[in-house]
Amino acid sequence: MKTIKLFERVGSFAENKDVARDIRLKEIIPTVESGKDIVLDFSRIDAATQSFIHALISDLIRKYGNEILDKISFKSCNENVQKIIMIVTEYMQEGN
Amino acid sequence: MKLYLPNSTFIGNIDPFLKNIDFSEKDKLEITANSKWIVVHPVVLSMVAALGLSVNPKNIACDTLTAKSAHYLQRMGLFKFLGIESGINIAEHEPAGRFIPLTQIKNSQELSRFIEEMIPLLHLQPNQVDPIRYVVSELVRNVIEHAGSQTGAIVSAQYYKKSNRIAIGIVDTGLGIKKTINQSHYALNHLDALRLALIPGITGTTKKEGGTEYNAGAGLFFIKAIAKVNRDFFMIYSGDAIFKLLKSGPDKLFADPFRDRHSASVNLPIWNGTVVGVDISLNETKAFSELLDLIRNVYSKTVKERRKARYKKPKFI
Repeated sequence: MKTIKLFERVGSFAENKDVARDIRLKEIIPTVESGKDIVLDFSRIDAATQSFIHALISDLIRKYGNEILDKISFKSCNENVQKIIMIVTEYMQEGN
Repeated sequence: MKLYLPNSTFIGNIDPFLKNIDFSEKDKLEITANSKWIVVHPVVLSMVAALGLSVNPKNIACDTLTAKSAHYLQRMGLFKFLGIESGINIAEHEPAGRFIPLTQIKNSQELSRFIEEMIPLLHLQPNQVDPIRYVVSELVRNVIEHAGSQTGAIVSAQYYKKSNRIAIGIVDTGLGIKKTINQSHYALNHLDALRLALIPGITGTTKKEGGTEYNAGAGLFFIKAIAKVNRDFFMIYSGDAIFKLLKSGPDKLFADPFRDRHSASVNLPIWNGTVVGVDISLNETKAFSELLDLIRNVYSKTVKERRKARYKKPKFI
Protein backbone atom coordinates (compact mmCIF):
# COMPACT_ATOMS: atom_id res chain seq x y z
CA MET A 1 0.00 0.00 0.00
CA LYS A 2 1.23 3.47 -0.89
CA THR A 3 0.21 6.68 0.86
CA ILE A 4 0.34 10.05 -0.91
CA LYS A 5 0.28 13.07 1.40
CA LEU A 6 -1.38 15.75 -0.66
CA PHE A 7 -0.73 18.72 1.62
CA GLU A 8 2.98 18.53 0.86
CA ARG A 9 2.21 18.94 -2.86
CA VAL A 10 -0.69 21.36 -2.94
CA GLY A 11 -0.91 23.17 0.38
CA SER A 12 -4.15 23.66 2.29
CA PHE A 13 -6.25 24.58 -0.77
CA ALA A 14 -6.12 21.79 -3.34
CA GLU A 15 -6.82 23.54 -6.63
CA ASN A 16 -3.80 23.07 -8.87
CA LYS A 17 -4.97 20.61 -11.54
CA ASP A 18 -1.50 20.29 -13.06
CA VAL A 19 -0.22 18.90 -9.78
CA ALA A 20 -3.28 16.62 -9.53
CA ARG A 21 -2.60 15.23 -13.00
CA ASP A 22 1.08 14.68 -12.21
CA ILE A 23 0.20 12.78 -9.05
CA ARG A 24 -2.27 10.62 -10.97
CA LEU A 25 0.06 9.85 -13.86
CA LYS A 26 3.32 9.45 -11.96
CA GLU A 27 2.16 7.90 -8.71
CA ILE A 28 -1.41 6.65 -8.59
CA ILE A 29 -1.49 4.81 -11.92
CA PRO A 30 1.88 3.03 -11.48
CA THR A 31 0.86 1.98 -7.96
CA VAL A 32 -2.53 0.68 -9.05
CA GLU A 33 -0.99 -1.13 -12.02
CA SER A 34 1.50 -2.84 -9.74
CA GLY A 35 -1.47 -4.28 -7.87
CA LYS A 36 -1.03 -2.20 -4.72
CA ASP A 37 -3.74 -0.20 -2.96
CA ILE A 38 -3.37 3.54 -2.55
CA VAL A 39 -4.22 6.02 0.20
CA LEU A 40 -4.78 9.65 -0.74
CA ASP A 41 -4.12 11.52 2.48
CA PHE A 42 -5.99 14.83 2.73
CA SER A 43 -4.68 15.71 6.22
CA ARG A 44 -4.31 19.51 6.68
CA ILE A 45 -6.16 20.20 3.43
CA ASP A 46 -9.08 22.43 4.27
CA ALA A 47 -10.62 22.76 0.80
CA ALA A 48 -10.42 21.30 -2.68
CA THR A 49 -12.01 22.25 -5.98
CA GLN A 50 -14.05 19.90 -8.07
CA SER A 51 -11.55 20.47 -10.89
CA PHE A 52 -8.68 19.28 -8.71
CA ILE A 53 -10.48 16.13 -7.61
CA HIS A 54 -11.60 15.50 -11.20
CA ALA A 55 -8.02 15.77 -12.49
CA LEU A 56 -6.84 13.51 -9.67
CA ILE A 57 -9.26 10.59 -9.97
CA SER A 58 -11.78 10.81 -12.83
CA ASP A 59 -9.58 9.11 -15.39
CA LEU A 60 -8.95 6.22 -13.03
CA ILE A 61 -12.68 5.47 -12.95
CA ARG A 62 -12.90 5.83 -16.72
CA LYS A 63 -9.87 3.58 -17.37
CA TYR A 64 -10.25 0.92 -14.71
CA GLY A 65 -14.01 1.00 -14.04
CA ASN A 66 -15.89 1.63 -10.83
CA GLU A 67 -13.98 -1.17 -9.06
CA ILE A 68 -10.92 1.06 -8.87
CA LEU A 69 -12.59 2.75 -5.91
CA ASP A 70 -12.00 -0.47 -3.95
CA LYS A 71 -8.26 0.12 -4.37
CA ILE A 72 -8.24 3.79 -3.32
CA SER A 73 -8.86 5.17 0.17
CA PHE A 74 -9.39 8.86 0.90
CA LYS A 75 -7.88 9.61 4.30
CA SER A 76 -8.65 12.49 6.71
CA CYS A 77 -10.98 14.39 4.39
CA ASN A 78 -13.07 17.11 6.00
CA GLU A 79 -16.79 17.26 5.27
CA ASN A 80 -16.51 19.54 2.22
CA VAL A 81 -13.67 17.64 0.63
CA GLN A 82 -15.62 14.41 1.15
CA LYS A 83 -18.63 15.94 -0.58
CA ILE A 84 -16.61 17.07 -3.57
CA ILE A 85 -15.09 13.59 -3.89
CA MET A 86 -18.63 12.17 -3.74
CA ILE A 87 -19.80 14.51 -6.51
CA VAL A 88 -16.92 13.51 -8.81
CA THR A 89 -17.14 9.77 -8.14
CA GLU A 90 -20.91 9.82 -8.65
CA TYR A 91 -20.94 11.67 -11.96
CA MET A 92 -18.11 9.54 -13.28
CA GLN A 93 -19.93 6.30 -12.38
CA GLU A 94 -23.32 7.52 -13.53
CA GLY A 95 -21.92 8.66 -16.84
CA ASN A 96 -20.16 5.35 -17.57
CA MET B 1 -12.16 51.80 -29.03
CA LYS B 2 -14.15 54.12 -26.83
CA LEU B 3 -15.76 53.62 -23.47
CA TYR B 4 -17.48 55.79 -20.93
CA LEU B 5 -17.35 55.13 -17.18
CA PRO B 6 -20.72 56.18 -15.77
CA ASN B 7 -21.29 57.33 -12.20
CA SER B 8 -22.44 53.92 -11.02
CA THR B 9 -22.06 50.54 -12.67
CA PHE B 10 -22.72 47.26 -10.96
CA ILE B 11 -23.85 43.89 -12.29
CA GLY B 12 -27.52 44.78 -11.96
CA ASN B 13 -27.21 47.91 -14.12
CA ILE B 14 -24.20 47.10 -16.32
CA ASP B 15 -26.11 46.91 -19.62
CA PRO B 16 -25.94 50.62 -20.57
CA PHE B 17 -22.18 50.61 -19.98
CA LEU B 18 -21.77 47.59 -22.27
CA LYS B 19 -24.08 48.97 -24.96
CA ASN B 20 -22.01 52.15 -25.18
CA ILE B 21 -18.64 50.51 -25.71
CA ASP B 22 -17.30 51.18 -29.18
CA PHE B 23 -14.93 48.44 -30.31
CA SER B 24 -13.94 50.06 -33.61
CA GLU B 25 -10.32 51.22 -34.17
CA LYS B 26 -8.82 48.51 -32.00
CA ASP B 27 -5.38 50.12 -31.90
CA LYS B 28 -6.69 53.09 -29.88
CA LEU B 29 -8.51 53.39 -26.56
CA GLU B 30 -10.35 56.49 -25.43
CA ILE B 31 -11.68 56.57 -21.87
CA THR B 32 -14.14 59.19 -20.70
CA ALA B 33 -15.96 59.28 -17.40
CA ASN B 34 -18.68 60.93 -15.39
CA SER B 35 -17.27 64.20 -14.08
CA LYS B 36 -18.83 64.01 -10.62
CA TRP B 37 -18.77 60.44 -9.36
CA ILE B 38 -17.42 57.07 -10.54
CA VAL B 39 -18.27 53.90 -8.66
CA VAL B 40 -17.80 50.80 -10.75
CA HIS B 41 -17.85 47.08 -10.15
CA PRO B 42 -14.42 45.41 -10.40
CA VAL B 43 -15.62 43.61 -13.52
CA VAL B 44 -15.74 46.99 -15.29
CA LEU B 45 -12.18 47.79 -14.22
CA SER B 46 -11.00 44.36 -15.35
CA MET B 47 -12.63 44.98 -18.74
CA VAL B 48 -10.98 48.39 -19.16
CA ALA B 49 -7.61 46.95 -18.15
CA ALA B 50 -7.98 43.99 -20.52
CA LEU B 51 -8.78 46.29 -23.43
CA GLY B 52 -5.90 48.56 -22.50
CA LEU B 53 -3.42 45.69 -22.61
CA SER B 54 -4.03 45.29 -26.34
CA VAL B 55 -3.25 48.95 -27.06
CA ASN B 56 0.05 50.80 -27.06
CA PRO B 57 -0.06 53.19 -24.04
CA LYS B 58 0.75 56.04 -26.46
CA ASN B 59 -2.61 55.40 -28.10
CA ILE B 60 -4.61 55.44 -24.87
CA ALA B 61 -6.36 58.71 -24.12
CA CYS B 62 -7.99 59.14 -20.76
CA ASP B 63 -9.90 62.22 -19.65
CA THR B 64 -8.42 64.00 -16.68
CA LEU B 65 -10.77 62.55 -14.13
CA THR B 66 -12.40 65.14 -11.93
CA ALA B 67 -14.80 62.93 -10.02
CA LYS B 68 -14.14 62.88 -6.29
CA SER B 69 -14.08 59.10 -6.30
CA ALA B 70 -11.59 58.85 -9.19
CA HIS B 71 -8.77 58.03 -6.79
CA TYR B 72 -10.46 54.62 -6.48
CA LEU B 73 -9.37 53.82 -10.04
CA GLN B 74 -5.84 54.85 -9.12
CA ARG B 75 -5.82 52.63 -6.04
CA MET B 76 -7.12 49.69 -8.04
CA GLY B 77 -4.06 50.10 -10.25
CA LEU B 78 -5.92 50.98 -13.45
CA PHE B 79 -3.56 53.68 -14.73
CA LYS B 80 -0.47 51.69 -13.86
CA PHE B 81 -2.02 48.80 -15.76
CA LEU B 82 -2.70 50.96 -18.80
CA GLY B 83 0.75 52.55 -18.62
CA ILE B 84 -0.63 56.09 -18.49
CA GLU B 85 -0.56 59.01 -16.07
CA SER B 86 -3.82 59.71 -14.26
CA GLY B 87 -3.04 63.20 -13.06
CA ILE B 88 -4.45 62.13 -9.69
CA ASN B 89 -2.30 62.47 -6.61
CA ILE B 90 -3.13 60.21 -3.71
CA ALA B 91 -1.21 58.84 -0.82
CA GLU B 92 -0.87 55.14 -1.65
CA HIS B 93 -1.87 52.93 1.22
CA GLU B 94 -1.96 49.26 1.98
CA PRO B 95 -4.93 47.53 0.40
CA ALA B 96 -5.47 45.22 3.38
CA GLY B 97 -9.10 44.57 4.15
CA ARG B 98 -10.50 46.50 1.20
CA PHE B 99 -9.66 45.37 -2.29
CA ILE B 100 -7.52 43.33 -4.64
CA PRO B 101 -6.02 45.62 -7.26
CA LEU B 102 -6.01 44.69 -10.93
CA THR B 103 -3.82 41.64 -11.44
CA GLN B 104 -2.82 39.78 -14.58
CA ILE B 105 -2.61 35.99 -14.22
CA LYS B 106 -1.14 34.00 -17.10
CA ASN B 107 -0.39 30.56 -15.74
CA SER B 108 -1.13 27.99 -13.09
CA GLN B 109 1.74 28.99 -10.80
CA GLU B 110 0.71 32.64 -10.84
CA LEU B 111 -2.84 31.60 -10.00
CA SER B 112 -1.82 29.48 -7.02
CA ARG B 113 0.33 32.35 -5.71
CA PHE B 114 -2.47 34.86 -6.28
CA ILE B 115 -5.00 32.79 -4.33
CA GLU B 116 -2.57 32.42 -1.45
CA GLU B 117 -1.91 36.17 -1.31
CA MET B 118 -5.51 37.26 -2.02
CA ILE B 119 -7.21 35.86 1.05
CA PRO B 120 -5.22 37.84 3.67
CA LEU B 121 -5.88 41.02 1.64
CA LEU B 122 -9.62 40.60 2.04
CA HIS B 123 -9.47 39.95 5.81
CA LEU B 124 -12.15 37.29 5.71
CA GLN B 125 -13.38 34.91 8.37
CA PRO B 126 -12.42 31.28 7.72
CA ASN B 127 -16.02 30.33 6.85
CA GLN B 128 -16.16 33.11 4.23
CA VAL B 129 -13.00 32.07 2.43
CA ASP B 130 -14.18 28.88 0.72
CA PRO B 131 -16.60 30.28 -1.88
CA ILE B 132 -14.31 33.18 -2.78
CA ARG B 133 -11.15 31.24 -3.46
CA TYR B 134 -13.24 28.57 -5.14
CA VAL B 135 -14.74 31.13 -7.55
CA VAL B 136 -11.38 32.72 -8.37
CA SER B 137 -9.59 29.41 -8.83
CA GLU B 138 -12.18 27.87 -11.14
CA LEU B 139 -12.75 30.98 -13.25
CA VAL B 140 -9.09 31.83 -13.75
CA ARG B 141 -8.26 28.19 -14.54
CA ASN B 142 -10.97 28.30 -17.21
CA VAL B 143 -9.16 31.24 -18.78
CA ILE B 144 -5.72 29.65 -18.56
CA GLU B 145 -6.91 26.34 -20.02
CA HIS B 146 -9.58 27.26 -22.54
CA ALA B 147 -9.52 30.93 -23.47
CA GLY B 148 -6.36 31.00 -25.57
CA SER B 149 -5.84 34.53 -24.30
CA GLN B 150 -2.45 36.11 -24.98
CA THR B 151 -2.87 38.31 -21.92
CA GLY B 152 -4.25 35.70 -19.52
CA ALA B 153 -6.92 36.65 -17.00
CA ILE B 154 -7.36 40.12 -15.56
CA VAL B 155 -8.71 39.90 -12.03
CA SER B 156 -9.80 42.47 -9.46
CA ALA B 157 -12.01 42.45 -6.39
CA GLN B 158 -13.53 44.87 -3.93
CA TYR B 159 -15.06 44.49 -0.49
CA TYR B 160 -18.10 46.72 0.10
CA LYS B 161 -18.51 47.32 3.80
CA LYS B 162 -22.05 48.75 3.62
CA SER B 163 -23.49 45.73 1.85
CA ASN B 164 -20.90 43.35 3.34
CA ARG B 165 -20.14 41.70 0.03
CA ILE B 166 -17.16 40.92 -2.15
CA ALA B 167 -17.41 41.82 -5.83
CA ILE B 168 -15.08 39.99 -8.22
CA GLY B 169 -14.34 40.62 -11.89
CA ILE B 170 -12.44 38.13 -14.09
CA VAL B 171 -11.95 39.03 -17.73
CA ASP B 172 -10.09 37.70 -20.75
CA THR B 173 -9.74 38.65 -24.39
CA GLY B 174 -9.41 35.13 -25.73
CA LEU B 175 -11.59 32.88 -27.89
CA GLY B 176 -14.87 33.47 -26.10
CA ILE B 177 -17.41 30.90 -24.98
CA LYS B 178 -19.00 30.14 -28.36
CA LYS B 179 -15.76 29.13 -30.07
CA THR B 180 -14.73 27.07 -27.05
CA ILE B 181 -18.05 25.25 -26.67
CA ASN B 182 -18.39 24.68 -30.41
CA GLN B 183 -15.23 22.58 -30.38
CA SER B 184 -17.45 19.72 -29.14
CA HIS B 185 -21.04 20.92 -29.08
CA TYR B 186 -23.24 23.02 -31.30
CA ALA B 187 -24.19 26.44 -30.04
CA LEU B 188 -26.44 28.32 -32.37
CA ASN B 189 -25.35 31.74 -31.15
CA HIS B 190 -23.43 33.39 -28.30
CA LEU B 191 -26.34 33.20 -25.86
CA ASP B 192 -26.89 29.52 -26.58
CA ALA B 193 -23.18 29.00 -25.95
CA LEU B 194 -23.45 30.72 -22.56
CA ARG B 195 -26.38 28.48 -21.66
CA LEU B 196 -24.49 25.32 -22.62
CA ALA B 197 -21.38 26.44 -20.74
CA LEU B 198 -23.42 26.83 -17.54
CA ILE B 199 -25.01 23.37 -17.72
CA PRO B 200 -23.09 20.83 -15.62
CA GLY B 201 -21.11 18.26 -17.56
CA ILE B 202 -20.89 20.18 -20.82
CA THR B 203 -17.37 21.10 -21.83
CA GLY B 204 -15.86 22.29 -25.08
CA THR B 205 -13.13 19.68 -24.77
CA THR B 206 -15.30 16.60 -25.42
CA LYS B 207 -18.83 15.33 -26.04
CA LYS B 208 -18.25 12.47 -23.60
CA GLU B 209 -20.20 12.34 -20.36
CA GLY B 210 -17.83 13.01 -17.47
CA GLY B 211 -15.58 15.16 -19.64
CA THR B 212 -11.93 14.38 -20.25
CA GLU B 213 -9.30 13.34 -17.75
CA TYR B 214 -8.66 17.04 -17.15
CA ASN B 215 -12.02 18.79 -17.63
CA ALA B 216 -15.50 17.95 -16.45
CA GLY B 217 -17.44 20.99 -17.63
CA ALA B 218 -18.56 21.75 -14.10
CA GLY B 219 -16.66 24.92 -13.20
CA LEU B 220 -19.16 27.54 -14.36
CA PHE B 221 -22.09 25.54 -12.98
CA PHE B 222 -20.42 25.53 -9.55
CA ILE B 223 -19.89 29.30 -9.73
CA LYS B 224 -23.48 29.92 -10.77
CA ALA B 225 -24.62 27.60 -7.96
CA ILE B 226 -22.59 29.51 -5.37
CA ALA B 227 -24.17 32.79 -6.52
CA LYS B 228 -27.67 31.35 -6.84
CA VAL B 229 -27.78 29.73 -3.44
CA ASN B 230 -26.39 32.80 -1.73
CA ARG B 231 -28.79 35.03 -3.69
CA ASP B 232 -26.00 36.97 -5.29
CA PHE B 233 -25.55 38.47 -8.73
CA PHE B 234 -23.55 36.62 -11.36
CA MET B 235 -22.94 37.70 -14.96
CA ILE B 236 -21.20 36.25 -17.96
CA TYR B 237 -20.71 38.23 -21.17
CA SER B 238 -19.12 36.81 -24.30
CA GLY B 239 -19.54 37.67 -27.96
CA ASP B 240 -22.70 39.75 -28.26
CA ALA B 241 -24.57 38.06 -25.39
CA ILE B 242 -24.87 38.45 -21.66
CA PHE B 243 -26.48 36.15 -19.11
CA LYS B 244 -27.22 37.61 -15.70
CA LEU B 245 -28.37 35.58 -12.74
CA LEU B 246 -30.67 37.82 -10.76
CA LYS B 247 -31.16 37.80 -7.02
CA SER B 248 -33.82 35.21 -6.49
CA GLY B 249 -36.03 33.89 -3.74
CA PRO B 250 -36.08 30.10 -3.59
CA ASP B 251 -32.92 28.13 -3.06
CA LYS B 252 -33.82 25.65 -5.77
CA LEU B 253 -30.90 25.00 -8.05
CA PHE B 254 -31.43 24.18 -11.70
CA ALA B 255 -29.04 22.57 -14.16
CA ASP B 256 -30.41 24.76 -16.97
CA PRO B 257 -29.51 28.40 -16.23
CA PHE B 258 -32.52 29.60 -18.22
CA ARG B 259 -34.76 28.10 -15.52
CA ASP B 260 -33.13 30.35 -12.91
CA ARG B 261 -34.38 33.90 -12.45
CA HIS B 262 -32.21 35.67 -14.97
CA SER B 263 -31.95 38.28 -17.67
CA ALA B 264 -30.33 37.72 -21.03
CA SER B 265 -29.50 40.14 -23.82
CA VAL B 266 -28.04 39.78 -27.28
CA ASN B 267 -26.80 42.20 -29.94
CA LEU B 268 -24.44 43.91 -27.51
CA PRO B 269 -21.08 45.14 -28.83
CA ILE B 270 -19.02 42.02 -29.46
CA TRP B 271 -16.58 41.21 -26.67
CA ASN B 272 -13.83 38.96 -28.02
CA GLY B 273 -13.28 36.84 -24.96
CA THR B 274 -15.23 36.33 -21.75
CA VAL B 275 -16.23 38.63 -18.93
CA VAL B 276 -17.41 37.23 -15.59
CA GLY B 277 -18.62 39.23 -12.62
CA VAL B 278 -19.76 37.77 -9.30
CA ASP B 279 -20.98 39.30 -6.05
CA ILE B 280 -20.65 37.20 -2.94
CA SER B 281 -22.58 38.33 0.08
CA LEU B 282 -20.82 37.65 3.34
CA ASN B 283 -24.07 38.05 5.31
CA GLU B 284 -26.04 35.37 3.58
CA THR B 285 -23.32 32.93 2.71
CA LYS B 286 -24.87 29.53 3.01
CA ALA B 287 -22.68 26.88 4.56
CA PHE B 288 -20.47 25.59 1.76
CA SER B 289 -21.29 22.03 2.74
CA GLU B 290 -25.05 22.63 2.22
CA LEU B 291 -24.29 24.11 -1.16
CA LEU B 292 -22.29 21.01 -2.10
CA ASP B 293 -25.28 18.81 -1.18
CA LEU B 294 -27.47 20.78 -3.56
CA ILE B 295 -24.88 20.63 -6.34
CA ARG B 296 -24.47 16.90 -5.83
CA ASN B 297 -28.20 16.27 -6.19
CA VAL B 298 -28.63 18.43 -9.28
CA TYR B 299 -25.47 17.15 -10.93
CA SER B 300 -26.34 13.53 -10.36
CA LYS B 301 -29.89 13.99 -11.66
CA THR B 302 -28.66 15.85 -14.75
CA VAL B 303 -26.10 13.20 -15.68
CA LYS B 304 -28.70 10.44 -15.24
CA GLU B 305 -31.21 12.31 -17.42
CA ARG B 306 -28.62 12.92 -20.15
CA ARG B 307 -27.57 9.30 -20.04
CA LYS B 308 -31.19 8.15 -20.30
CA ALA B 309 -31.78 10.47 -23.25
CA ARG B 310 -29.07 8.57 -25.15
CA TYR B 311 -30.62 5.13 -24.54
CA LYS B 312 -31.52 3.28 -27.71
CA LYS B 313 -35.25 2.73 -28.03
CA PRO B 314 -36.51 -0.75 -28.90
CA LYS B 315 -38.13 -0.99 -32.28
CA PHE B 316 -41.62 -2.44 -32.06
CA ILE B 317 -42.92 -3.45 -35.43
